[in-house]
Amino acid sequence: MLYRENGQFKTSYRADQQIFPITQDRISVVLLLVFAVIGVPMLADEYMFRAILIPFLILALAALGLNILVGYCGQISLGTGAFMAVGAYAAYNFTVRIEGMPLLLALLLGGGCATIVGVLFGIPSLRIKGLYLAVATLAAQFFCDWAFLRIKWFTNYTASGSVSVSNLHVFGLPIESPQQKYLFCLALLVVFAWMAKNLVRSHIGREWMAIRDMDVAAAVIGIRPVYAKLTAFAVSSFLVGVAGALWGFVHLGAWEPAAFSIDRSFQLLFMIIIGGLGSIMGSFFGAAFIVILPIFLNQALPALGAPLGITISTAAIAHSELMIFGALIVFFLIVEPHGLARLWSTAKEKLRLWPFPH
Amino acid sequence: MAFFLEATIGGLMSGVLYSLVALGFVLIFKASGVFNFAQGAMVLFAALAMARFSEWFPALLHFDNKLLANLLAFAAAMLLMVVVAFLVEKLVLGKLVNQEGITLLMATLGIAYFLDGFGQTLFGSNIYKIDIGLPKDPLFLLENVFPGGVLVSKEDLFAAAIAAALVLGLSLFFQYTSTGRALRAVADDHQAAQSIGIPLSRVWVIVWSVAGFTALVAGVIWGSKLGVQFSLSLLALKALPVVILGGLTSVPGAIIGGLLIGVGEKLSEVYIGSKIGGGIEIWFGYVLVLFVLLVRPQGLFGEKIIDRV
Repeated sequence: MLYRENGQFKTSYRADQQIFPITQDRISVVLLLVFAVIGVPMLADEYMFRAILIPFLILALAALGLNILVGYCGQISLGTGAFMAVGAYAAYNFTVRIEGMPLLLALLLGGGCATIVGVLFGIPSLRIKGLYLAVATLAAQFFCDWAFLRIKWFTNYTASGSVSVSNLHVFGLPIESPQQKYLFCLALLVVFAWMAKNLVRSHIGREWMAIRDMDVAAAVIGIRPVYAKLTAFAVSSFLVGVAGALWGFVHLGAWEPAAFSIDRSFQLLFMIIIGGLGSIMGSFFGAAFIVILPIFLNQALPALGAPLGITISTAAIAHSELMIFGALIVFFLIVEPHGLARLWSTAKEKLRLWPFPH
Repeated sequence: MAFFLEATIGGLMSGVLYSLVALGFVLIFKASGVFNFAQGAMVLFAALAMARFSEWFPALLHFDNKLLANLLAFAAAMLLMVVVAFLVEKLVLGKLVNQEGITLLMATLGIAYFLDGFGQTLFGSNIYKIDIGLPKDPLFLLENVFPGGVLVSKEDLFAAAIAAALVLGLSLFFQYTSTGRALRAVADDHQAAQSIGIPLSRVWVIVWSVAGFTALVAGVIWGSKLGVQFSLSLLALKALPVVILGGLTSVPGAIIGGLLIGVGEKLSEVYIGSKIGGGIEIWFGYVLVLFVLLVRPQGLFGEKIIDRV
């Protein structure tokens, strides 16, 4: 009843090509943003920020980057963790080695370094396809894990091998409290998501999708596979690199290569598969789901055991978490192989007709 | 020279064990087009089952015969792997027919998580021993050629022999039994195989059981070498480059790929790794594969990938 587009006529191309063509969508997005900027910092407590909100924002950014590569361009990558690590360590090195390096610039330069590494490891994609490519990108993962562990230059010769940053500032404002960190990540995420959305509906986004759907046919109609694939790798690893730098600088503060292990790559891949391949919205859904699920299980399992008189040991909780996580993944893939984004658009379709079915 | 030979032989031995895990990958990929990330978890699960059963059976049934205990445990673990294969087909793959490769890959990752958690809930998460009586003492070869001879572990030799026997047995099974023929038919073309009356779901159960069998053998051998522990499930990541190097669809490729990577890893670690910080065996296989794929995108022995529009 409330959600329908009747009577909203487009009188210019500009109006027709808006990101949110329906007025109700625009209003709800603005409301959501206002709530995220003003409401959330007032309501959430420190635990919420540290455990859920900040990881969600950063991983959503990384998932967005990965979704551009896997969902839009169809190149499976299992090396996301490595590109995050490159972003984080590059940003760290810029901060440490150049006096007075602004945080924002360091993050972007970190993303830039990740872009270079991403394009480098993307070159094989010109010849290798599908699962073979997935394994080839694992080379990036293992090589970077090794490099950041063994080559001491990257960690500025710290004795323990873990690096840390402190005193974060942006334009003179400190980034210390959870609220400030949250708002900083939110601002970056909104900007990058907006840019990504515009990118995927531009000519270059259409080239990516053509390559994804059938690369030979795309080449025949004049799309350069080299250009399309490498730009997808570049954009994707830039976003992933910035997310990695944020993960290290803002979320962790001090980190080792293990923070960007292959588990992180799998986690991000789960996010975009469960959220929905080839959907900006899906990246957010997937990130939220994967961030919240383990925390929920961790809280819910002991609570479930308590009334039955069973005290579940931490090891047993860890194992049942693995089991439930695995089972839920499989369940989701079977029930909705196109991800939560598809559920979302089905719900919107239903809402358009509600309450009159015809 | 003796040192070089020793390193090579050591590499060959670990290569054989990689091949064993890789074989499981190839079997499942050939028959169902599923890239089975759960192979490592299956190795861990099978090894855990074997280790614990061989402790439980003598205690439960009051006998004290190691061989009997091991045989019973092996049979029981095999049965368990068949049940796993059946459930995987019924609950997961049967419902994901015609999905894209990446969805199936993610589903097997889900299975891997589940098996990791389930195995450790069921069997405990400590380090367990499997003792199938492999001799532990080293063997010196060619003592009259090189001073001191070439040191070879007898355990490795036995493991290699078992692996070779398994590979031979599997190739015979694939070549000469009617089930093997059915499996090869399904591998060639699902629809054609189905149209001449080969039941797909049964074939998939069989293939997953065979993969479970290779997982069990790999688990027992690795377990008796290193102890059964969680790190066994990471073996899958070691075996991945082997599969890709040999070609996803080639059984001989898995064997030769395993040997190549085993030897290459060992030699590069010994001769190059010591110069640039060590520990390069983690990525050596992957980087090697990367360069091989640039020349041959389908791996060394894989079927040529032909794009049709």
